[in-house]
Amino acid sequence: MSELSKDVVKAVAALANLELEPEEVALFARQLGDVLTHAEELRRIDTTGVSPTAYGVAQAPVDRPDVVMPSLAIDDALANAPERERLPRGGGFFKVPRVIG
Amino acid sequence: MTMPRTVSEIRDSVRSGDVSAMDVCRNALDQIASNDGLLNAFNTVSADRALERAADIDRGRQEFALAPLAGVPIALKDNICTRGIRTTASSMILETFVPPYDATVVERLNAAGAVIVGKTNCDEFAMGSSNENSAFGPVKNPWALDRIPGGSSGGSAVAVAAGMTPLSFGSETGGSIRQPAAMCGIVGLKPTYGRVSRYGLLAFGSSLDQIGPFGHTARDCAIALGVIAGADTADATSATRGVDDYEGALTGDIRGLRVGVPSQMLASGVDPEITQAVSAAFDVLRARGATLLDIELPHAKYAISVYYMVATAEASYNLARYDGARYGLRIAQDDLGSMYAKSRERGFGAEVKRRIMLGTYVLSAGYYDAYYLKAQQVRTLIRRDYEDALKTVDVVAMPTSPIPPFKIGEKSADPLQMYLADVFTVSANLAGLPAISMPCGFTASRLPIGFQLTGRPFDESTLLRVADVFERDTEWWKQQPSIPR
Repeated sequence: MSELSKDVVKAVAALANLELEPEEVALFARQLGDVLTHAEELRRIDTTGVSPTAYGVAQAPVDRPDVVMPSLAIDDALANAPERERLPRGGGFFKVPRVIG
Repeated sequence: MTMPRTVSEIRDSVRSGDVSAMDVCRNALDQIASNDGLLNAFNTVSADRALERAADIDRGRQEFALAPLAGVPIALKDNICTRGIRTTASSMILETFVPPYDATVVERLNAAGAVIVGKTNCDEFAMGSSNENSAFGPVKNPWALDRIPGGSSGGSAVAVAAGMTPLSFGSETGGSIRQPAAMCGIVGLKPTYGRVSRYGLLAFGSSLDQIGPFGHTARDCAIALGVIAGADTADATSATRGVDDYEGALTGDIRGLRVGVPSQMLASGVDPEITQAVSAAFDVLRARGATLLDIELPHAKYAISVYYMVATAEASYNLARYDGARYGLRIAQDDLGSMYAKSRERGFGAEVKRRIMLGTYVLSAGYYDAYYLKAQQVRTLIRRDYEDALKTVDVVAMPTSPIPPFKIGEKSADPLQMYLADVFTVSANLAGLPAISMPCGFTASRLPIGFQLTGRPFDESTLLRVADVFERDTEWWKQQPSIPR
């Protein structure tokens, strides 16, 4: 592989929720192709029976007591929202464009 | 009087009352005011808060009598959340984001008496090795203003190297502390994965990320690590084992230490001036009673390929949260999907998009086994190489970067070439091991050179002890750049 096809780049961008300019599609087709071509060196390595590593240094999962702990105040959680609505009797919302038609 | 330069000197002077936290803080703010116009190391300077905090420490001197960082001004990489202080990750998508909480390391640094003076510039979301990928412009290397300081924690490295703060903190996913430390002539430590809580660090590669300190000396990094290390209920991957006495480990004695050098791997591709300086550094350790042994890391040469599959895959899902809905930049659109896509298009820079795309690709159906799973398997082989080597040696030593700091703009057109320069740093992250970079010389054109040691899991003490010994016999760490005014 040397270059990704523009259709693949567009499909991946859609999966990643990224809008790309036409120049970016062409640029990424080439640059991602370069990196993936380099990564093809991994195919030469025999990994039969080798288990994958997800964490270099892993410890057994740690439990904590299942008790209610304080969490962010609603005003703090909403403070950075581009659009929000705070209800007079408590509670609040992040506002986004209509989802259901 | 001249202001003390190191953390240990400042802390001792503030505790004894020889210097006030206020004077130390004003000095740091003055240094930032006079130098940072050229260097661009800070995204945000929190001067008023810092002065208030310094005044509090002076008023409560008894309370801070034993505080390990009493009155020490610190700078934090701008991907570490600070309650009430803007935290941008050097991205347009978080340009106005003010976290409603502190990262665990910030809580611990505050409790230790540190004074936060600002948030430092970095590659956007810590993605880069040159600090050129910042929405707020590149950071300049104080040793040569036309050159990169390294990345991604470039601003934090420059804050210390240029004498603006005696201590700073960065984050590493694939060398982002050690590489800028080497390129700026200071010490940088990446702790073992899990040694330091990641809670409040804006996530990039969750199986790789660690926060660590920059300082002029190993002792300063030891003090800082002692403050930030330890289990945290807010980070399930933080290690529950006890924290060592890192400062107490600096005994000055490395007799019998076995230092492994992967000489075959270093035989080509390293700048000759770096090879020379690093080999002179090995002689210093040998003279102190260490033994140098040749080791092999047969799979280390594949680390770049593995890293750029694993790290980008993790980045692609970690950065999915930036969508304009709850915080950050929103480009208003009539429907939700377009709002996500437009906000991300405008909010993210080119390198972040490139990595999200690469990560999404390697995780997608049809490519997962060939790229992502394969990379995770080779990651196992790299980890085993280090496990095997560290059975016969105590530390593995090599240059931190194969090249000295390059000119700003010189490599921007070819991301792959930039990635390949991370060849010596990414393995420690993939294997989860602690590693430290320390200054060991200069090129003929006076650009800093660093070398690094990688150790066994949770054996930061040995790394710090060796670095401290090295400093006792060398003067590189005392060198300071002269910055034009």
